[in-house]
Amino acid sequence: MTPYVRPRELREALELRATHPDWMVLAGGTDLMVNANHRAEPAGILDLWRFPPLGGIRVAGSEVAIGGGVTWSEMERHPVIRARLATLALAAREIGALQIQARGTLGGNVGTSSPVGDSLPALLALDAELEVAGVRGSRRLRYETFCTGYRKTQLAPDELIVAAHLRLPDASTRTMWRKVGTRRAQSISKVMGAASVTLDGDLVVSARVALGAVADRPIRVAAVEAAVRGLRMGPEAAEAARLALRGAIKPIDDVRSTASYRHEVAENLVARFFSLVS
Amino acid sequence: MKVTLELNGASSTLEVSPWKRLLDVLREDLRLTGTKEGCGEGECGACTVMLDGEAVNSCLVAIGQCDGRTVTTVEGLARGDVLHAVQRALLACGGAQCGICTPGIAVCAAHVVDHGLVVNVDDATARARIRELLAGNICRCTGYQLIVDAIVTAAREVAAAPAAKGERP
Repeated sequence: MTPYVRPRELREALELRATHPDWMVLAGGTDLMVNANHRAEPAGILDLWRFPPLGGIRVAGSEVAIGGGVTWSEMERHPVIRARLATLALAAREIGALQIQARGTLGGNVGTSSPVGDSLPALLALDAELEVAGVRGSRRLRYETFCTGYRKTQLAPDELIVAAHLRLPDASTRTMWRKVGTRRAQSISKVMGAASVTLDGDLVVSARVALGAVADRPIRVAAVEAAVRGLRMGPEAAEAARLALRGAIKPIDDVRSTASYRHEVAENLVARFFSLVS
Repeated sequence: MKVTLELNGASSTLEVSPWKRLLDVLREDLRLTGTKEGCGEGECGACTVMLDGEAVNSCLVAIGQCDGRTVTTVEGLARGDVLHAVQRALLACGGAQCGICTPGIAVCAAHVVDHGLVVNVDDATARARIRELLAGNICRCTGYQLIVDAIVTAAREVAAAPAAKGERP
């Protein structure tokens, strides 16, 4: 029978990960359990569901640490995330539906690193830092450098995702998120984007703009960020963002959408981010 | 492995592969066939149960993960012969047709109603919120209107008389 371990401490989990790299690391199962009854049993299960060292949302001053095992429901309900990290709260609310949000975890989305992972553009826009740990020790890395290719990341085979560390945006910064799919709930996104825009009055001081489902990994769009700097929010910044996006991405045709549709939606999406005047 | 769970208010122990889906354990090992399989991919919500009080898709839960946890299925919503408010409202409003999605909808709606997720709001807001909260429960027969009617009715009843909900003593 498949070995199954629910560790009690981080040390124990890391040692199991190092000793049994072929075991499945399972948390909410929203990805790994799909059609599980038709698939071979894994070599073993390292169960991290409700594993306390990966749990909890901790706010300290202007920083928030979200445990790798925290679910979308927990993020969506958290008062500080709702009030200060709109892009993440909105993403959490549109991932799957209630049942998926109750089980899917931040660490799962980050570790699976699908190009359509809904939270990933939000982490890019917020310049998140990841805390990962292995038996050799723990380290922190900017999320921006984490994805190295299609479903490829910098996570070593013996490491686990412990937490994401985020800085709360100041009062002059607004964060946004928008997903476009066949349906808002459940359906896999055709395109989604996130932005963090710092304003001086209605002038754009700086922006971080990220898109998902338009490349082999979630990406920042530097051309758009550069184009809107110093411009006025509204039609001026929106049109600059739209123009800058043209040629800056190379989405693909697949079962869910076409390259040209994705390109057009991505243009509308970034334009929308900069057309909003409060 | 040996798994012990608190199932519908009683302790239940069985010997099972940890990889087996909670859905299959419920239906095959425990003969609780109220929970249905729709898609097996977490898309349709037919297999919704409560795990530690949260509505989840039982097709995406490995039974090993349930050891020491609380599971409530559609069979556990009623108290004895007294149906949960959402079950009564689904009956009264005609919020069911072929029935495959109904157990999952009843469980999800019970979660919504028991947690007061649609109280103190106007009717239009309540309906919009119910549609969002139930977005993971797909029905191919009814067009949802009567299901939403039922959940609004149950939410009102429970808000007026909290004892109407199906919480176990």
